[in-house]
Amino acid sequence: MRGNDLKQAWQRMYTMIGKEENPFRDRIVETFSEDGLGNLSFNDFVDMFSALCETSPRELKTIYAFKIYDFNRDSFICKEDLRKTLNKLTKGDLTPEEVTLVCDKSIEEADLDGDSKLSFSDFENMISKAPDFLSNFHVRI
Amino acid sequence: MGTSAYTKEYFCLRGTSTYARGYLAVQLVDVGLELEGNEEEEEDERERHRGRRRDGDREKKKRGNGRRRRSSRGERGEEELQTRVEKRERGRMKKGRRDPEAKGREREEEEEEEEERPEIKSCKTAKTRKNIKNENARKMEEEEEERNAKKKKKHGSAKREREEDRSKCTVKEKAREGRRRKHKRVETSSEPETSEEDDLKEETEEREVRPESLSPEELEMLKEAVEEKKKLVQGLRGKPWPMKKKLVTLRESQEFVEKYEGALGKGKGRKLYAYKVMMSKKWMKFQRDFENFKTACIPWEMKIKEIESHFGSSVASYFIFLRWMYGINMILFCLTFGLVMVPEALMGRPYGTIPRKTVPRAEAPSAMDFAVLWDFGGYAQYSVLFYGYYNNQRAIGWLKFRMPLSYFLVGVGTVAYSYMVVIRTMARNANESGVGDDNSFNFSWKIFTSWDYLIGNPETADNKFASITTSFKEAILEEQESRKDDNIHLTRFLRVLANFLVLCCLAGSGYLIYFVVRRSQKFALEGLETHTWWERNEVNMVMSLLGMFCPMLFDVISALENYHPRVALQWQLGRIFALFLGNLYTFIIALMDEINLKREEEKIIKFNITTWEASLYNATGSENSTAPPVTFHPADVPRGPCWETMVGQEFVRLIISDTMTTYITLLIGDFLRAVLVRFLNYCWCWDLEAGFPSYSEFDVSGNVLGLIFNQGMIWMGAFYAPCLPALNVLRLHVSMYLQCWAVMCCNVPQERVFKASGSNNFYMAMLLVILFLSTLPAIYTIVTIPPSFDCGPFSGKKRMFDVIQETLESDFPAWFSKVFSYASNPGLVLPFILLMVLAIYYLQSTSKSYKEANVDLKKKLQTQNEENKRKNKLAALKAQTDLEEARAATQTAERQKNINASLQRQHAEEEEDLGSSQRKNGRPPPSVRHQDGRPPATRAPVPRTLHPDTHRSLGYLPGGGFPQQREPRMHRVPSLQRH
Repeated sequence: MRGNDLKQAWQRMYTMIGKEENPFRDRIVETFSEDGLGNLSFNDFVDMFSALCETSPRELKTIYAFKIYDFNRDSFICKEDLRKTLNKLTKGDLTPEEVTLVCDKSIEEADLDGDSKLSFSDFENMISKAPDFLSNFHVRI
Repeated sequence: MGTSAYTKEYFCLRGTSTYARGYLAVQLVDVGLELEGNEEEEEDERERHRGRRRDGDREKKKRGNGRRRRSSRGERGEEELQTRVEKRERGRMKKGRRDPEAKGREREEEEEEEEERPEIKSCKTAKTRKNIKNENARKMEEEEEERNAKKKKKHGSAKREREEDRSKCTVKEKAREGRRRKHKRVETSSEPETSEEDDLKEETEEREVRPESLSPEELEMLKEAVEEKKKLVQGLRGKPWPMKKKLVTLRESQEFVEKYEGALGKGKGRKLYAYKVMMSKKWMKFQRDFENFKTACIPWEMKIKEIESHFGSSVASYFIFLRWMYGINMILFCLTFGLVMVPEALMGRPYGTIPRKTVPRAEAPSAMDFAVLWDFGGYAQYSVLFYGYYNNQRAIGWLKFRMPLSYFLVGVGTVAYSYMVVIRTMARNANESGVGDDNSFNFSWKIFTSWDYLIGNPETADNKFASITTSFKEAILEEQESRKDDNIHLTRFLRVLANFLVLCCLAGSGYLIYFVVRRSQKFALEGLETHTWWERNEVNMVMSLLGMFCPMLFDVISALENYHPRVALQWQLGRIFALFLGNLYTFIIALMDEINLKREEEKIIKFNITTWEASLYNATGSENSTAPPVTFHPADVPRGPCWETMVGQEFVRLIISDTMTTYITLLIGDFLRAVLVRFLNYCWCWDLEAGFPSYSEFDVSGNVLGLIFNQGMIWMGAFYAPCLPALNVLRLHVSMYLQCWAVMCCNVPQERVFKASGSNNFYMAMLLVILFLSTLPAIYTIVTIPPSFDCGPFSGKKRMFDVIQETLESDFPAWFSKVFSYASNPGLVLPFILLMVLAIYYLQSTSKSYKEANVDLKKKLQTQNEENKRKNKLAALKAQTDLEEARAATQTAERQKNINASLQRQHAEEEEDLGSSQRKNGRPPPSVRHQDGRPPATRAPVPRTLHPDTHRSLGYLPGGGFPQQREPRMHRVPSLQRH
């Protein structure tokens, strides 16, 4: 289902929901696409919105957020993933030492099993206490 | 209708076999689906399904008769049978669900490029399982035929199962169709479910359910199953499955619920449910809009947020404080404007009717000059803006507005309101900081939840990037500060030294101010004309020089102390505050001197006026005692100096000059500097931007103190110049915009961006001190100095507060003033004050104990958290070892399974050639093995289902593919039939 008009509509919506500015836009699309390369079928597209819409439950959002932040798809958020996330968030404004400090600190905070990377349960535990995860991790259509 | 013809034929051929009959319906479905795979038209497909169903029903009725006859035989071995039936049904169900998908796959491939690997896998496994069953079937054919008779009894249930299976197939078709339809409706279908639900409804209505044939227990079970389905539907949104799978599951469960809820007499709440959903959506949208509206209503919120994102929360805290001040001044302005200025302007005597409302003859020619007006003399002085203009008439206008009383109460009210607001805000801030925020995941939250996915505007996004960076920098700074542990003795020594130096500075400047003020008083007594310009302006010059250089000195000294920047800012604020108190002191001294001078003058003038009046009276009296008294134009009447107006004027001038200075320094110090640095940098010999002049940073401490002292002036002067709050509102309004602009355009963020303290109680505390200091002189003048005799609302009274007494006596009934006089008796007032002191003491001690308890609890919580973390780590280690074991076990099981599967595949391939009729024949229930005590045939897939479970115990991973869909609990239904 990748007809031409559908693609156009998709493009339009893509700009409309304002992901243009999102530092994680590529990751989002990659996560939801079935081939992992960023080509969205219609079902993937619907999946994306059902996960990111305002009413979707926290668990679902947590699962997809984990996937989005897991850059190398090894089911763990390791320091390299954190570094990438941080550089995307700050547009590389922090010095390498600061980045390392932040990565170390956040691993230290959230890592419960001491393997110096965040598994999904670590992530879930951390996110479940975050005050503004739900309000920030959604798009309006 | 090739299919139905075919099935009928098939029936004729095979109808005689008792054993086959029980499975006919299911197999029919398979055949039908296989054939359908080649068909194109969906509508035809559905028609066919219906036709087949009808056939099936007819057959079943026939079979039912036979079954009832034989049912008496089936008594023993019920338990095993039940499980067997259950298993069989489940297997069939899986097949029923998967087969159509497998067969429809090819078609789907043509249309859409979605291919689900897990599904293929499951199809394969289903096939292999089928094959196992076939094998078993062949082996156990003889046994099975015997046993079939017993099973007949259960066929009632099996029949229903079969019906369900078929319905599922149709549902699947419908689902696919629906999906396809949905594809077309991409844009329009916001809620695809509802419309498709309708389709389903139509479908179900055609099917007849016979609830009356069920026993109560069965009904119970059915209800349970329905509830489970409902739960599944509800929880479906939270499942991280692809949409396709969700749709299929949703449809199946909805179908099920539809069907049996109807049977159970439920399902009428559907419309209500839809309505509820709609309303909840609407409500949510409304709430969202309302939130947005509320945020939009907060003035300057966006500006402040923008500044905060670029300059950090410390700079933003100044602007928040400024906004708060603006709010307070707005209220003060409303009070004075609404209750004093407007009534006097509207209802009081108009300008020029009495001497106090007229410009004196001597000043009249220059009263309209700009220089005079700018100095608030001339017409400005004789207007509602100042105290002297108000008349002492007790009640004015048709409303009988008590002007003097109102004036007095507003003066008291503004101060009281300010106290109340400041203290209340302080208390609230203290509360907020007392609760404290959970900082256990500070950095992780910042990384994972700080980006707002709603941002679509490039400018906002830039701001967000800046703010995230700033917040990270703040957090990093906090972290570094908490890690820092230098030589504690050296730091202590340096801090003591710094404080000593600062104290020296303060004492020196205090003495300097005192000395200069005394000198200027001496000069004033000698007469100003004999002295030079410097000697005349000494006080002002010294004050401004001190105000300019001392903060710089403090800044240098504070570098010694090595404090956290936030603490350093507070110290800096406190020191400059102490310095500025000197400023305030000189101002008050000068003012008191002036008041005393004016009062001396007033005494003389008062005496002169009485003699003037007497002479006037004598003159008229001697000439002609009956002649009307000579009327003078009010401008000609001699009048006193009116010290109250003078004080008001002083304050207004001070505010104006202060405002001008602030704005001009802003423009020159920040804007001009930034422009020069920016444009001279092209033709300069060193880098101006990075080197010496650079751009200025925003001076938080100076600005905050300026604001606070300005407010102190307002509080001091508001009683004598009702226009002051209005002026201040104007000033704050302008400076909000001007400073916001200046910050964004000519300042650079501080080198060490730090987080402002959660409550700006430090600002508030300073404000409270200033409020106290500024109300003291105001109250002193009101209470001790008698008002001027010929101007202001209290003229003619001994003291200003006599207005209360007067009102009590004339406007209230006699008993009230009596009660009041009793109440104001010291014998009553003193115990009351004592009581209040006791209450304050009690409250204070309780709050102290609460605070202690709070700290204790916090500590406990923290230790518990740490303990939990440690425990979790241990548990995780254990789980890891468990997982490894499980993995090893799984691998062996997997290997075994593979071997089995390859064997069975061979068999299956052989069987493929035998044709469909043969295949259907050879599929007996696999559960036969059960009875022989051998391991069940379903053993092989067990490790496969176990796998995700072990994962989940460790924290299951969504990365490795979506978790397996749980079996929709259809098998519950057949298990009903055991009864």
